[in-house]
Amino acid sequence: MKSNYIGKPTSRVDGPLKVTGQAKYAAEFAADGLVYGVVVSGEIAKGSIKNIDVKEALSLKGVLKIFTHENVSGLPWFDKNYKDQDSPAGSPFRPFQDNKIMFSMQPIALVVAETFELARYAASLVKVEYKEDKHETVLMDHLDKAKKAPKGKVGFEEPKSRGNAGDAFKAAEFKVEGEYLHSAEHHNPLEMHATTVVWEDGDKLTVYDKTQGVFNCQQYITKVFGLSTDDVRVLSPFVGGAFGSGLRPQYQVFMAVLASLELKRAVRVSLTRQQMFSFGHRPSSVQRLALSASADGTLQSVKHEAFGETSRFEDYTEIIVNWSGTMYKCENVELKYDLVKLDVFSPLDMRAPGAVTGNHPFESAIDELAYALKMDPLAFRLRNYAEEDQMGGRPYSSKELKACYTQGAAKFGWDKRSIEPRSMRDGNQLIGWGMGTAAWDAQQMLANAKAVLSADGKLFVSSGASDIGTGTYTIMTQIAAETLGLAIEDVTFKLGDTNMPEAPLQGGSWTAASVGSAVKAGCEAVKAQVLKLAKKSKKTPVSGESADDLIIDDGYVLLKKDPSSKISISELMKQAEVGSIEEKAMSGPNPINKLKYTFNTHAAVFAEVKVDEELGTAIVSRVVCAVAAGKIINPKTAGSQIKGAVVWGISKALEEESMMDKNLGRFINHDLYEYHIPVNKDINDIDVIFVEEHDDKVNPLGVKGVGEIGIIAVAGAIANAVFHATGHRVRNLPITMDKVLGLSE
Amino acid sequence: MSGIFKQASGSHATTLAPAPAEPVKVRLKINGQEHVLNIAPWVTLLDALREYIGFTGTKKGCDHGQCGACTVLVDGIRINSCLTLAVMREGQEITTIEGLAHSEDLHPLQKAFIEHDAFQCGYCTPGQICSAVGMFNEGKANTLDDIKEQMSGNICRCGAYNNINAAILQVKGEMAGE
Repeated sequence: MKSNYIGKPTSRVDGPLKVTGQAKYAAEFAADGLVYGVVVSGEIAKGSIKNIDVKEALSLKGVLKIFTHENVSGLPWFDKNYKDQDSPAGSPFRPFQDNKIMFSMQPIALVVAETFELARYAASLVKVEYKEDKHETVLMDHLDKAKKAPKGKVGFEEPKSRGNAGDAFKAAEFKVEGEYLHSAEHHNPLEMHATTVVWEDGDKLTVYDKTQGVFNCQQYITKVFGLSTDDVRVLSPFVGGAFGSGLRPQYQVFMAVLASLELKRAVRVSLTRQQMFSFGHRPSSVQRLALSASADGTLQSVKHEAFGETSRFEDYTEIIVNWSGTMYKCENVELKYDLVKLDVFSPLDMRAPGAVTGNHPFESAIDELAYALKMDPLAFRLRNYAEEDQMGGRPYSSKELKACYTQGAAKFGWDKRSIEPRSMRDGNQLIGWGMGTAAWDAQQMLANAKAVLSADGKLFVSSGASDIGTGTYTIMTQIAAETLGLAIEDVTFKLGDTNMPEAPLQGGSWTAASVGSAVKAGCEAVKAQVLKLAKKSKKTPVSGESADDLIIDDGYVLLKKDPSSKISISELMKQAEVGSIEEKAMSGPNPINKLKYTFNTHAAVFAEVKVDEELGTAIVSRVVCAVAAGKIINPKTAGSQIKGAVVWGISKALEEESMMDKNLGRFINHDLYEYHIPVNKDINDIDVIFVEEHDDKVNPLGVKGVGEIGIIAVAGAIANAVFHATGHRVRNLPITMDKVLGLSE
Repeated sequence: MSGIFKQASGSHATTLAPAPAEPVKVRLKINGQEHVLNIAPWVTLLDALREYIGFTGTKKGCDHGQCGACTVLVDGIRINSCLTLAVMREGQEITTIEGLAHSEDLHPLQKAFIEHDAFQCGYCTPGQICSAVGMFNEGKANTLDDIKEQMSGNICRCGAYNNINAAILQVKGEMAGE
């Protein structure tokens, strides 16, 4: 079959637009009379504004308006108007609500002017007097105020303990304990958050926003500003990365819409790189692990306790510790997750939220326990392999983690590893090999799609989904072409527009499964119509033939028993005088299977580090990441996602950290010079393996998603490799020179 | 919506702050074509391209010369267009991502970036490609390690470095073969 595209490495269909600079992002849409808004960020972490003086700024010719808490009123009072699909429990932040300052760099004014330069200059002239209150912004310092993490955020499940981990730990022969610290991190997609609002008569708005969900953004705008969905169209055809930062409408959306409605003209608001550190972030964490095993290598107990941070106004929760109860077979598990309220902005889901946080300490402890037992870390993991979900005993719909271990280890050469720390060298470099295991949810959300086949044989498919670089455009094109049986060149897929059928937020690795299933269903419905036309057609090679006896391939309907008897779809449509065939479809998870099975993706990560003990440098020289994620629709784009996720894992392990200045209560390294993320030179060989995994229960496509699974185990594998190289277990991330040298913890 | 906003418009009778400089005529030669702009001298080359001409292929990722997304070629040399004022670049040949392809024919690096999937979100891509062209012009990148070092001024947050290097190496090989 020529139209077999699913599973084939396929170059991005949006590639030509991206390499020629034609792909347009939120801040790049032109509009007549466009004016620019620049946000003024507050300078204190907690307190109130005593006085805000805008006179000087406003006196400049070309400065149109300055919005502050003093002149914005009349917006809805209730929290529900400000809640979005990714809101945790609590009261969402509302810009310009009052004079209270709740976090450092809180947006306190929007200066709108004829040009960007003028708005920026005028913003520098806004003078603010504050009444400063004492702030608390460092998690470690306030663990005594921790409270049980509440329910309220969609998808959050409270940790469940089982057995008696305390007693088992006491009785066990081999045991390890440790405390681990993670700094906060900021998403920092390369495109800064921006919104361009085009205003038309009657307060009709076209909003180009950097978002992972146009419908979420539309819903927020309509509820906050009292507009109808008919009057607010949100588009995001291209998103310059997001990694979670676009899950919630950020404050520039509010500001651009506010200014546009007031000034009755087009407004663009772009945040600065510094301001990218002024909203949601991956929360810092303190975690305590205690694991024990019997002499034969059987895991006896797992205790995992995590403290996360949240803001004063919302209770951000993520699933950090639950994974530790399901990764390996173990009867005694004690899990605890508490929150500490700080004077910071609410944390926000960031690539593999929670899982990536809990995995590094847990997989470090697993490694440490293997060493206590003098067992190979891979053998120890296999010894405690969980064939079924340990939380509730449900079978997995599929779990090819063993294949990940086998193939990953073989590719890496794990069998050549000498177990003793400090036993492998390359010149003056200590070499360390470490590994880790990851799991993530394979979820499916309700999604819609529309497919329109025109008489020229071209198919147009749409869904208001998102492509933050994940390859959505490409895989949906592949799915559509294969389902209907067309040449891929004859299929166009569009996304990121509220005028299209509704799709869920792009997050949680569920886009391929959710939107893909809807696209498949829509194209199957069109296919059924084409086959009906074939049966009804007069004097064609397929006349009178039933659907079961026909196939469609490469734009032709053919007889199954004699593929040389065929007719093109466009000829069939012309004969029947059908201008186009249009079908809409909705697809959602199978509720029965959801009760019967646990749907997870898995990965095994093997990492090599080279440590220079004199300089304290640690370099990740190679990584093998073996992934079991069901059907891989496009190994090329999926492979890139995994490689990128490994880069993120390297970053988490060695580089990335938002440093909180205790005195200022502010993330102090708030730019790309001081906030370290990998550059080209930092990254070496990354091998990705997709193991075969057949799953007919998870969804009609058998796909499980790959956005998250690649990052989760990387930091743990690297930390374990650093231990293997140096004999020193660095528990706090990132593992920077000072920690490698033992100068700080 | 009238209830939301209470502040009266500013009176411009007295300017309380130093007034910004008046616009000046700036002639820029971009991708072989002259563009005459009436812009204030404080407009960066990056903003001139994006906001005043509409060449949005050149990206803003930090506005501080820290990410490389705004890389363009000026007389064949790669620079961060956010760190230079447009008015300083009169009379020079400016090449942006929009000027690399010859009509329908993509530049070999553009083709190789697609083939090797050397991007995900695509936001750093124009800067990466312009930077690689500039690196070739410099002629100092002989090995993979050289390329990694010399391309380290261009951040890719999606982490496509392996594939970016594969694309660059392929084109470098093709150039050597010519």
